[in-house]
Amino acid sequence: MNTNTDIDQSGFEQELAQHIISALNLDISPAEIDPVAPLYGDEGLGIDSIDVLEISLVVTKQYGVQLRSDDGNNAKIFASLRNLANHIQQNRTK
Amino acid sequence: MQSIPLLKFHQPESVFAWQRGKTISAQRFLTDVIALAERLPARSYVLNLCNDRYRFMVGFSAAMLRSQISLLPPSHTSDLVNRLAQQYADLYCLSDAAHDHGSLQTMSYPDLSDVNLLHAPMPEIPAAQVAALVFTSGSTGNPMPHEKTWGALSQDVIAEASRLGILNRGDLTLLGTVPPQHMYGFESTALIAMQGGVILHAAKPFFPADIGASLNEIRGPRALITTPVHLRALLTSNTDLPALELIVCATAPLSRELALQAIVRFGAPLQEIYGFTEAGQIASRETAVSDEWRTFDGLSLHQKDGTTYVSGGHIVDELPLGDITELLSDTTFLLHGRTADLINIAGKRTSLASLNHHLTTIDGVHDGVFFMPDEQQGNTARLAAFVVAPELDAREILKALRLRVDPVFLPRPIHKVATLPRNSTGKLPRTSLDKLLQQCKRG
Repeated sequence: MNTNTDIDQSGFEQELAQHIISALNLDISPAEIDPVAPLYGDEGLGIDSIDVLEISLVVTKQYGVQLRSDDGNNAKIFASLRNLANHIQQNRTK
Repeated sequence: MQSIPLLKFHQPESVFAWQRGKTISAQRFLTDVIALAERLPARSYVLNLCNDRYRFMVGFSAAMLRSQISLLPPSHTSDLVNRLAQQYADLYCLSDAAHDHGSLQTMSYPDLSDVNLLHAPMPEIPAAQVAALVFTSGSTGNPMPHEKTWGALSQDVIAEASRLGILNRGDLTLLGTVPPQHMYGFESTALIAMQGGVILHAAKPFFPADIGASLNEIRGPRALITTPVHLRALLTSNTDLPALELIVCATAPLSRELALQAIVRFGAPLQEIYGFTEAGQIASRETAVSDEWRTFDGLSLHQKDGTTYVSGGHIVDELPLGDITELLSDTTFLLHGRTADLINIAGKRTSLASLNHHLTTIDGVHDGVFFMPDEQQGNTARLAAFVVAPELDAREILKALRLRVDPVFLPRPIHKVATLPRNSTGKLPRTSLDKLLQQCKRG
């Protein structure tokens, strides 16, 4: 597990991490998600495309943000918890 | 020798596809196919990774004109692509995005917009020509090829279009949420347009909002070709969709509850399709009203030594079904779960045997097994794995698996155990694994 404690999560990142963990049924605590580590791929959470769909549902339900795959920033949005959190905070409607 | 036209019903001026909000005529499609065929390298096998469904079909058709065979492997992990490159020496890749596939020569899908419309006669392809090799995951890590002739593919999707009541419905556009690189999407979103006389939508929407936007960018009647995963996402997200005429669902069992919700919400009938890689699509049912599957016209079933076989229609030699089947007649049946070890998640298929092979050949893994828990209502079932590997942590095991296995099949979670509950013959009965899973969950 990732034990990087150099970078602290913001309050909102913690809240989002908790939503992701319960949506994906992950066996970790929010604090274990490094906010700047990649969500996709070999490192970090290592989520896949079905997970991304699950995360998108949570994000829509909780914050009213509809994710779109032709959003040119998608790779960036899912690059890390921090980027996803920033994207949501800029676009949230609730 | 019998031959079949590339497009069976379309007239030159009729709409063949929608791409980014614009229509593409059958004549333009034909022009693009011929122009691309002239540009393809002189090779025998092509791995067509075009994301855009229209370009994928232009690539597939151009390859057929050049007698090249399209390979449809179960995934595109670098390990698998390398294995294919070794098995099919002059394999190349056709791609419309930046793909890096190491040793494989890649041709970028060219810009054909300057090519003047051709008034060429409709190409005819020999029915016996092998158009595609579709792969199942072999138990040793090497995928098993299954030949698909142009004639069999054509016959199968015509039977499917007839069953769905959409044959030669030149005004109906089919939007697929599944890629054309796997059998379901290949047949039910792409080939069905070419041979069933309906309109292909080039997009491959992913998020619920994408599906809505893709449906809204076209005019005329619409059908949605999708999976239980995407249907559930659409229903959960409360996305507004324009009116649908038909919903088609396949890849994993759809619950009646979800089917009913979809029908009520989108106001369209829902047909569920049953098929498997070796045979293609073979049957359908109206999930909301009946559990009973009905084979496509021309196909029939029989049982021999406890195994159910399908034959007739596009199927040359009888093929065994990988599921526990209860025959009601020779054309109607019930499914009672998977017999064998076939795993299908989000339209991607593999087998437990193949996954177990990959797991147990990792350095440091002494023993290991994948396990598919029973479907949980409302959730996409995920694989679990039990691993005996005293020197490795779960993260290292996952990292090694990631190189060999498509991400949707990665186990969640990995349970590290001291031993596996093998019985006296070395087998791992499902009930024992179920018990082990409960123990691990309780910690």
